[in-house]
Amino acid sequence: MEPTTTTPTRNTRLIAMSDSVSAPALSFSGVSMVFPDGTHALSETSFDVRAGEFVTVVGPSGCGKSTLLRIASGLNKATTGTVSVDRSHLGYVFQDPTLLQWRNVQRNVELMAELEGVPKDERRVRATEAIELVGLKGFENKYPKQLSGGMRMRASLARSLVLDPKVFLFDEPFGAVDEITRERLNDEVISLFQRNGFAGLFITHSISEAVFLSTRIIVMSARPGRIVGDFTVPFSYPRSPDLRFDAAFAELSGEISHALRGAHS
Amino acid sequence: MSDGVGTSMTSAEHATDHLDVALEHYSVADIEAVQPHAASARTAEWSRLVGPLVIFVLFVAAWHYMHTDGMRRFFDKPGFLLPAPETVLHDSFLKPLARASLLNGLKWTTLVALLGLAMTIVIGVSIAVTMSQAKWVERSTYPYLVALQAIPILSVVPIINSVFGGGINSRLFVCVVISIFPIVTNTLFGLTSADAGQHDLFTLRGASRWTRLVKLQLPSAMPAIFTGFRISAGLSVIGAVVGEQFFRKGSKPGIGIVMEQYRQKNLYAQTYGGLLLAALLGIVVFLVFGRVSKLVVGHWHESSRKPD
Ligand SMILES: Nc1ncnc2c1ncn2[C@@H]1O[C@H](COP(=O)(O)OP(=O)(O)OP(=O)(O)O)[C@@H](O)[C@H]1O
Ligand SMILES: [Mg+2]
Repeated sequence: MEPTTTTPTRNTRLIAMSDSVSAPALSFSGVSMVFPDGTHALSETSFDVRAGEFVTVVGPSGCGKSTLLRIASGLNKATTGTVSVDRSHLGYVFQDPTLLQWRNVQRNVELMAELEGVPKDERRVRATEAIELVGLKGFENKYPKQLSGGMRMRASLARSLVLDPKVFLFDEPFGAVDEITRERLNDEVISLFQRNGFAGLFITHSISEAVFLSTRIIVMSARPGRIVGDFTVPFSYPRSPDLRFDAAFAELSGEISHALRGAHS
Repeated sequence: MSDGVGTSMTSAEHATDHLDVALEHYSVADIEAVQPHAASARTAEWSRLVGPLVIFVLFVAAWHYMHTDGMRRFFDKPGFLLPAPETVLHDSFLKPLARASLLNGLKWTTLVALLGLAMTIVIGVSIAVTMSQAKWVERSTYPYLVALQAIPILSVVPIINSVFGGGINSRLFVCVVISIFPIVTNTLFGLTSADAGQHDLFTLRGASRWTRLVKLQLPSAMPAIFTGFRISAGLSVIGAVVGEQFFRKGSKPGIGIVMEQYRQKNLYAQTYGGLLLAALLGIVVFLVFGRVSKLVVGHWHESSRKPD
């Protein structure tokens, strides 16, 4: 059993600065991971994510980013170190949509709530709301095979939303969709973040996605992953798409890119 | 040259990207319009009929030829041993007495085959679900399942007889033994077909073994399970006919017994009439399961999408 922190009360509005002094919603301390086959995936990683923070981790492929999220969610257990998090309101969007092919969008979105034992009527209401939020209204009765890749990803996003996550993990969720769809989905993630004020932990290979979304960016080294760079993103929310062409944006992206190149060697 | 290939790939990828974006703006009705047109569906329907029809005509012609000439030429046997198709139809189905006794036989065989199939499905799926619960259960029981499959029924007839008697119970037993293997293996395979990511979802919410089975493993196994049903359905008809060869007690003569009686009286036309009915039963059962499978999983299962 891992220690559990108390969750701060939920804010429906934009998170005020005072929240950042509350206890972290998700905290890694000295987390290392060695798989049974000897693969050393993570080494001595420590950082916190608070409500109202959106932390993005970038790093070379295979450095242990997914492993970090799996440890946070409890799917894997760290070899050493501790994670403290309240998993009762945990959202986790995988790299693949992992929808259940035999359920339509509505019932897929209801799944997590269903597993959590939320009564039928209530989960229906929540699912309808989540579907509307991700822009899938009108597609409730479609099956996954009838959706495009981007729509499947939205359905997967909606499925995590029904539990009203206080801690939200994203593992390269938009790696497989095209640029335009990705930007649109990024806008959606930001508006969800502003609306719900969760503690976000996001993984991506795209530096511009990282800078656009986050309040803080962590750069990890090649395997075994450890933190080699830590950047604060100064831009305020809501962020307009034009921010991507801002000089400050480009400068920060450059610094992160530089740190990443160092991480690879 | 490799440059050219590279460029064309990129532009193709671009095209699909745009398509992807465009698709998301489509309304529900637009998506439905992407489905194949009624006209091309009709062509597909037509071509599905023509092939089997051609084979059927060839088959009847060959049969006819064997009756008039082939039996003597190839096997040095008289032609009356294989009556002509029209004789078979006439003697078996237009003569009330023969028709009544053949249909009565068909009734009992159908009953045994369907009851047997129902038992096979229940027992087979239960066995598979039990086996899927732990790798060691599967490993320790699988060899016996294979052995069961390999036992020649003939060699255990006396044992079956002493346990289940010489009547319909033993026929059901034979039916189950013969048809159970595909259901167990297909169900077992199906239960492991959910991918690791889907399992992770259930692990995240601490789902129980039962929840995982009912909400994840069984639904994802349905296409495989129905494949098993369909194979087993055919086998259960065979099992019913085989069973009645050995276990004839009681006044429930199946189609196999009726055929045997006609053969002993040298009434070959009626014997072949029985054969046609038995084959027809197999086909009908197979088709029914195909249709049921389509109804149950067709709307979500990828492979039930018909390529053009
Ligand atoms: N179950 C496992 N058993 C053994 N090794 C594993 C296992 N899962 C991951 N690894 C290894 O741990 C390392 C980190 O994997 P992880 O999936 O966390 O990388 P990642 O940073 O997410 O990479 P990518 O950006 O490519 O997704 C890799 O070298 C991988 O091969
Ligand atoms: Mg990964």
